[in-house]
Amino acid sequence: MSRYFPRRVAAPAVALSAAMVLSACGAKTDTGSSTAKGVEADTSGDTVKVGLLNSLSGTMAISEVTVRDSIRLAIDEINADGGVLGKKIRPVGEDGASDWPTFAEKAGKLIKEDRVVATFGCWTSASRKAVKPVFEKSRSLLFYPVQYEGLEQSPYIFYAGATTNQQIVPALDYLKSQGKKSIYLVGSDYVFPRTANKVIKAYAKANGMKVLGEDYAPLGSTEFSTIANKVKAAKADAVFNTLNGDSNVAFFKEYKSAGLTAPKMPVVSVSIAEEEVKSIGPQYLKDQLTSWNYYQTTKGAKNTAFVKAYKAKYGKDKPTSDPMEAAYTSVHLWKAMVEKAKSFDPEKVKAAADGVTYAAPEGEVTVDGPTQHIHKTARIGRIGADGLIEQIWDSGKPIEPDPYLKGYDWASGLS
Amino acid sequence: MTVILGQSFTGISIGAVLLLIALGLSLTFGQMGVINMAHGEFIMAGAYTTYVLQKALGDAGLSLLLALPVAFAVAGTLGALLEWLLIRRLYLRPLDTLLVTWGVSLMLQQLARDVFGAPNVQTRAPELLTGNVTLIGGDDPLTVANSRLFILGLALAAVAALALVLALTPLGRRIRAVVQNRDLAEVSGISTARVDRTAFFVGSGLAGVAGVALTLVGPIGPTMGTNIIIDAFLVVVVGGLGRLKGTVITAFVLGVLQAVLEYSTTVSVAKVLVLVGIVAFLQWRPQGLYTLRTRSLV
Repeated sequence: MSRYFPRRVAAPAVALSAAMVLSACGAKTDTGSSTAKGVEADTSGDTVKVGLLNSLSGTMAISEVTVRDSIRLAIDEINADGGVLGKKIRPVGEDGASDWPTFAEKAGKLIKEDRVVATFGCWTSASRKAVKPVFEKSRSLLFYPVQYEGLEQSPYIFYAGATTNQQIVPALDYLKSQGKKSIYLVGSDYVFPRTANKVIKAYAKANGMKVLGEDYAPLGSTEFSTIANKVKAAKADAVFNTLNGDSNVAFFKEYKSAGLTAPKMPVVSVSIAEEEVKSIGPQYLKDQLTSWNYYQTTKGAKNTAFVKAYKAKYGKDKPTSDPMEAAYTSVHLWKAMVEKAKSFDPEKVKAAADGVTYAAPEGEVTVDGPTQHIHKTARIGRIGADGLIEQIWDSGKPIEPDPYLKGYDWASGLS
Repeated sequence: MTVILGQSFTGISIGAVLLLIALGLSLTFGQMGVINMAHGEFIMAGAYTTYVLQKALGDAGLSLLLALPVAFAVAGTLGALLEWLLIRRLYLRPLDTLLVTWGVSLMLQQLARDVFGAPNVQTRAPELLTGNVTLIGGDDPLTVANSRLFILGLALAAVAALALVLALTPLGRRIRAVVQNRDLAEVSGISTARVDRTAFFVGSGLAGVAGVALTLVGPIGPTMGTNIIIDAFLVVVVGGLGRLKGTVITAFVLGVLQAVLEYSTTVSVAKVLVLVGIVAFLQWRPQGLYTLRTRSLV
């Protein structure tokens, strides 16, 4: 009951503030800054504003605050280096509050009131889907830093995280190469796990793998003894885990209690990075597998410098993770695109995007112009007792993004 | 075969959790008729007490054992304060009590958020409780988790303690007297106000103990109370107001039902089916499984 009441209060509040935003932008329209082409960003002064749109409160805060921190780190570095096209960057932060309508409202505010040149943020697919029409209508750019379920390609979003063929498909390839013939699917009950599992089932069918079961628990659920029993009884070779957030804590505790271990039946997770390992407790996750494009332990001078700079700014005990690295990289990629375009104009930036490269902590990444995704190297990792993830396999070279899985025959039935 | 046995044990352990979270409520709501929406936040207070003790002491086993009495006292004190400050002014006004205690629950959630931060936290379980016992060996072993056995034991101990207090002690006698006929109890020389406060202390304290047990199952967060309060009320309502026996039986029946349905369908569908079952049951028996027969006119 208590969950629904605040929405009733929130609805008029949102409507009221939306009306205020609209009237404010109406006032500006008269001055001619907003045209039929969309909302023009303000690039007149010595500084340009960029929007930071993350949840600083609510259930997603634990993850999204770390992304905000790494975006700020990248902005500080760029400003120390002289800025972009001679202008310093001024970040304008807004709190999405883990609430999808709030994300849409704040996106509108950043674009129309602050007149930012680009926005960085969002985490859940639900928040991305909520802001997508706002950015498309205003013709303003969003840089999205998290891995997601694919099957999307907005002309005004740059996807800096992995799409399916850069994370889930390589994880399945890895399981296959290890001789795993049957898998069990466990996920949270919302869009990302259900879409991801559709892809996994299509892959399994084409590759002679058996899917022995598929179970979903409501987001935030903490009762996993039945699912653990089902997984145990199925005797699968491996478990593919798309649970999100705190449910992982309960799931892995129950998994261990049921006597299941990584050598017996490994769990591959796609939503557990260093930050989550720390909060679940490494003792429950030891030797389990993850699939990402970056780990804190990824080799390379650029990553050593990134980890060092992050810890110096935010504390020795703070780990770095894949979404943080993607967010940090997306800011630097944006700078490179703007400098190539010699303009902050979104259309010119988009036109210049193809082939832009950046030596990121995960290795050199390249922007794919047509899909507005990034070429990324897939990495399978094993969780250690110290909470860090050690890479045990990688794809060797960056994988070309394929959000609609057009290059895979088995995926032809997916939409 | 082991699957069926394993799943039966899962049902019993879900039942034990339900019993623990509903036990305190069966006293405050079932016996005294107070709809306390902040009951879930008392459970949260018990969980955070475990977290704080573990931070301070370091040793997981010692802090868990110590947390049981401390959480009882912390949550009990919160309950007694709530009773003294607000609820006693609102007896016989159930709707006002509901709104007021709901407001208190929101305040307690925000307080937890301010003190402990918005993200959820975890405690470490003692080494002894992270393992499991093998009941049947062989190729297809049946194992039960130590932590679940601990929760089951704790739930049964709490029920036994509460039943003994109600049946044998002077306090229990006075509580039963007030429940059965408040006016008659009062003219017989019982300070009903004091009995109310003590009963509320005990009921809320039991919520604190449930909170300690829940740290072994999942994460601790400001909103954990809202997720369980509905289950707690369901158990008490289906069991029948005012009867401990009803609460105990209902908790285990619902637990096993949930486990069976989860296994044969999915977690989400099982939740729906259990709720539909409860609605149908209450149509047939609106007063619940067991009812308290009194000669009181109210």
